[in-house]
Amino acid sequence: MHKILSKRKLSPNVTRLDVLAERIAAIRLPGQFVIVRRGEGAERIPLTIADSDAKAGSIALVIQAVGKSTRELVALEEGESIQDISGPLGRPTELIESGHALCVGGGVGTAVVHPIAQGLFRRGVRVTSVIGGRSKEWVIFEEELRRLGEVVVCTDDGSYGRKGFVTDAVKDLLAAGGVDVVYAIGPVPMMRAVAELTRPASLHTSVSLNPVMVDGTGMCGGCRVSIGGETKFACVDGPEFDGHQVDFDLLADRLSIYRPQEQKSLARHGEACLIGLEKPKGA
Amino acid sequence: MLFFRREGTITLSNKITAKERLQINRQRMPEQDATARAANFQEVNLGFGEQLAMLEAQRCLQCREAKCIAGCPVMVDIPRFINYVAEGNFAAAAENLLRDNALPAVTGRVCPQETQCEARCVRGQKGAPVAIGYLERFVADWARHNEGSIVTTHAPRMGRKIAIVGSGPAGLTAAGELVRVGHSVTIYEALHKPGGVLVYGIPEFRLPKKIVHDEVQRLKKTGVKIECNVIIGRTYTLQDLRQRFDAVFIANGAGLPVFMNVPGENLKGVYSANEYLTRVNLMEAYDFPKTDTPVLAGRRVATIGGGNVAMDAARTAKRVGAEQSSIGYRRTRAEMPARAEEIHHAEQEGIAFEFLVAPLEVLGNAQRWVTGLKCRRMRLGEPDESGRRSPVPIPGSEFVIECDLVIVAIGSRANPLLTATCPELKLNKWGNIEVDASGMTSLPGVFAGGDIVRGAATVILAMGDGKRAARTIDVYLKRG
Repeated sequence: MHKILSKRKLSPNVTRLDVLAERIAAIRLPGQFVIVRRGEGAERIPLTIADSDAKAGSIALVIQAVGKSTRELVALEEGESIQDISGPLGRPTELIESGHALCVGGGVGTAVVHPIAQGLFRRGVRVTSVIGGRSKEWVIFEEELRRLGEVVVCTDDGSYGRKGFVTDAVKDLLAAGGVDVVYAIGPVPMMRAVAELTRPASLHTSVSLNPVMVDGTGMCGGCRVSIGGETKFACVDGPEFDGHQVDFDLLADRLSIYRPQEQKSLARHGEACLIGLEKPKGA
Repeated sequence: MLFFRREGTITLSNKITAKERLQINRQRMPEQDATARAANFQEVNLGFGEQLAMLEAQRCLQCREAKCIAGCPVMVDIPRFINYVAEGNFAAAAENLLRDNALPAVTGRVCPQETQCEARCVRGQKGAPVAIGYLERFVADWARHNEGSIVTTHAPRMGRKIAIVGSGPAGLTAAGELVRVGHSVTIYEALHKPGGVLVYGIPEFRLPKKIVHDEVQRLKKTGVKIECNVIIGRTYTLQDLRQRFDAVFIANGAGLPVFMNVPGENLKGVYSANEYLTRVNLMEAYDFPKTDTPVLAGRRVATIGGGNVAMDAARTAKRVGAEQSSIGYRRTRAEMPARAEEIHHAEQEGIAFEFLVAPLEVLGNAQRWVTGLKCRRMRLGEPDESGRRSPVPIPGSEFVIECDLVIVAIGSRANPLLTATCPELKLNKWGNIEVDASGMTSLPGVFAGGDIVRGAATVILAMGDGKRAARTIDVYLKRG
């Protein structure tokens, strides 16, 4: 059992839970994730470790509530517990030793890019973060990233920072030169667009893939992705890969496998909540 | 040929002559009706009752040199426990069985008895062998329901600590043996539930999860500690364990699915059997949306492979709603590695078999959903090094199995998660851990067994490894 030490809403559908997981907090490295299972009958969900506090023994999970499982997770309150957390999983990020890194985060991906920026900052690498959201209220982790370097905020509607997509800002920063590596994490179209921007100059661009997973240890092969024409398991070979080698079409396609089932589950969950059958805990 | 001369003489209380024993026919296992069961997940075999068990037990000739024991990887004293069953002394039968076998309710259900103990039974030379597996299952189930009446003895704790990696059949067996001789045991399990392949792989209708749960609880009561959600190679390294424990037994299984390596394998609707079965068994996707993990049901399901896993997948597909479920295998029925009973049950349930076929390509539609499996026919050629005749493609024999779900059940390999973090551990060319005759790896105090050593094998062979490793570890610790 993993007690929730604090809960904070970061945007209209993104919640941060700081959860007790001492061993993982002590050894996790940037880029690694955990598999979380709320309780009996619940799904196993992969979540990137956005931050950790080794002293408090806690890890930060940043959850975008989209389906039934994630909604139930964010319905948990401080003091309540998550039954199972296993990890840290996946290969840690390959961090450059020196130079200038561009960290690009879209939506909830900003939380995933944060530990990478943190790791780079601790090595003395210059970090510039480009983060974005639909509008001001959707921008997350700005404050945390500002502690690590310069931050360019973009909003689709221009309500905060620069108007437009993160890719526009990335384009300008690349044109200014001096960038040694790009870490881009967010929705599939965003990662693809950033990888296309850096491809002509062969500027190394690392992306983090989030396919459907079950065990997270390489046992099931459900998370297979195609990298440079070769099938890899994101859980053990990744989750970060060379963005220029990733088959993004396949990734997007495989992410859609369970969409009808997800909707069915969500609808059932919604009904149950309405008639009070299955009140999510703490609601 | 090995014989096991058994100590002491066993006298039968019910004075039944050998001739009378020979007149009793092998009792049939009561089973759920094939049509009904193909739509539910309840156990297929219903088990013997007391009368049926006693009758079957009387068929055993109580050979002085019992060949059946040599056929058992954990060397259960089969005639002894069967004799107690014949006498109706089920508690004594259970005490004896449990002394030899840590998980009899499991092996009584999943062992390939027809190639092991029952293959050696003298009664099989003329007619049917004694139904040893069914009797083992009967005794084990009796023991589960009458726990209080069984006496088990444990040596006092000696203060030596052993870590076991993986709570599958090898790990659980080793744990049971080690606590019995007085060691402290902690098992680390990567998943959220103990049991390994017994809970993620073998379906409910063949091995109810309640049975695995009960066996695990019984071990816990004897003092075995199990920590779930701990991945050795990630949460802790093997080096961490070596520092904290006096010995380590690695039994983390063959958890890396093998794919066919044909075009179209990443289309939507292609599963590894590992993923498909894990979703249904461990994650209980058959109860979706009551449970949260979905599985694609498929209307027409094609499974590729010839082992127990292929049978399990194809039969599961039928139960989650497939109209058609077929199995494609590149050799013939005679070469299928699956248990005879599983093939028989699959046929009864309407699973279609395509022999001598090999997959060439998974076909898909514009939305990249599976629409078929292109195969070609094979014929059996010359025997290969393993002595099995190898399949040879027949030119121009391509054809398509129309399906919307493909399940790949052609085996699994060693998962490198642990071994990759410990380069000193000697591996063979397939990535399996190398051990000496005693079960010790290239690292002192580190032992290994089960599928991580053998490649994908059986539950009982893994249990045999667990038992052997426990003995070696005990000797190693007492010497050290």
